[in-house]
Amino acid sequence: MNILKLLITVIFLINFFSSDLKAKNLGTEITKNLRCLICQGQSVYDSDSEFANSLKILVEKKLDDGLSEKQVYDYLKNKYGDWILYDPGFNKNTYFLWLLPILMFVFGGAIILRKVILKK
Amino acid sequence: MKTKIFPIFLIITFSIIFYVFYKGLQNSNIYTPEIKSEIKIPSFEAKEFFSKDNVNSDQIFIGSEYYLLNIWASWCIPCKEEHKYLMDLSKKENIKIIGQNYKDNFVNAKNFLIKLDNPYDLIFSDNDGTIAIEWGAYGVPESFLIKNNQIIKKIIGPLNEKLFSEIKELTQ
Repeated sequence: MNILKLLITVIFLINFFSSDLKAKNLGTEITKNLRCLICQGQSVYDSDSEFANSLKILVEKKLDDGLSEKQVYDYLKNKYGDWILYDPGFNKNTYFLWLLPILMFVFGGAIILRKVILKK
Repeated sequence: MKTKIFPIFLIITFSIIFYVFYKGLQNSNIYTPEIKSEIKIPSFEAKEFFSKDNVNSDQIFIGSEYYLLNIWASWCIPCKEEHKYLMDLSKKENIKIIGQNYKDNFVNAKNFLIKLDNPYDLIFSDNDGTIAIEWGAYGVPESFLIKNNQIIKKIIGPLNEKLFSEIKELTQ
């Protein structure tokens, strides 16, 4: 029974790792990280709006022209601003967003540390 | 002492959180891209609407004249609303109106122009919508006022009385 379970697990894992993970192309990866400006809250990849469909074509075109992933992001950021990226870069508008978790972590750690020290 | 600090701290924290969220309630949750003015127009190649000849963007926007690029489609209802303003602007001498026909059916678009008249000095087709993205547009209608290859004003949505007089003032 255990051997059977192990076998099923192994087969499942092999299938999982050899599935279409490799088949993904860069264009798909990029459009998944782009916010659709018409249907906000959806990525361009998921959306079927006119804007999203055009953007998908454009990303493929730009990649065919030989632009790198970063260049495509920069190009779109220049046109539409940081908002179009789901993973915005670190700059003066986003530093609070990026630093807040660290700040909270340090602050919380300090409270816990104080409690422990006070107990002693 | 310790027991007093904690409730005060708690109250302050929650007041701040309440304030931030309360303020946030009034904000619009629909994002429109920042309107950056004085940016250079993109360069692109397109097909002329009627003749289907290739046109390049530097052949369209020449010299120091004023150009109004208008992205339109026959299926777009607000485009019909703004049409009368475009007709008015087309009578002005110092401004050229360029139409960008966005994802449209040729016959429908032609009928639209026959029915409502044609305000455009030149129209090019944007069948897959990629040229609209080059402009940083994301819907129809959108208009761009251009001088010396720079975008001096970007208008999202249809033209209205206020925007119309603003354009007139800018192009005096």
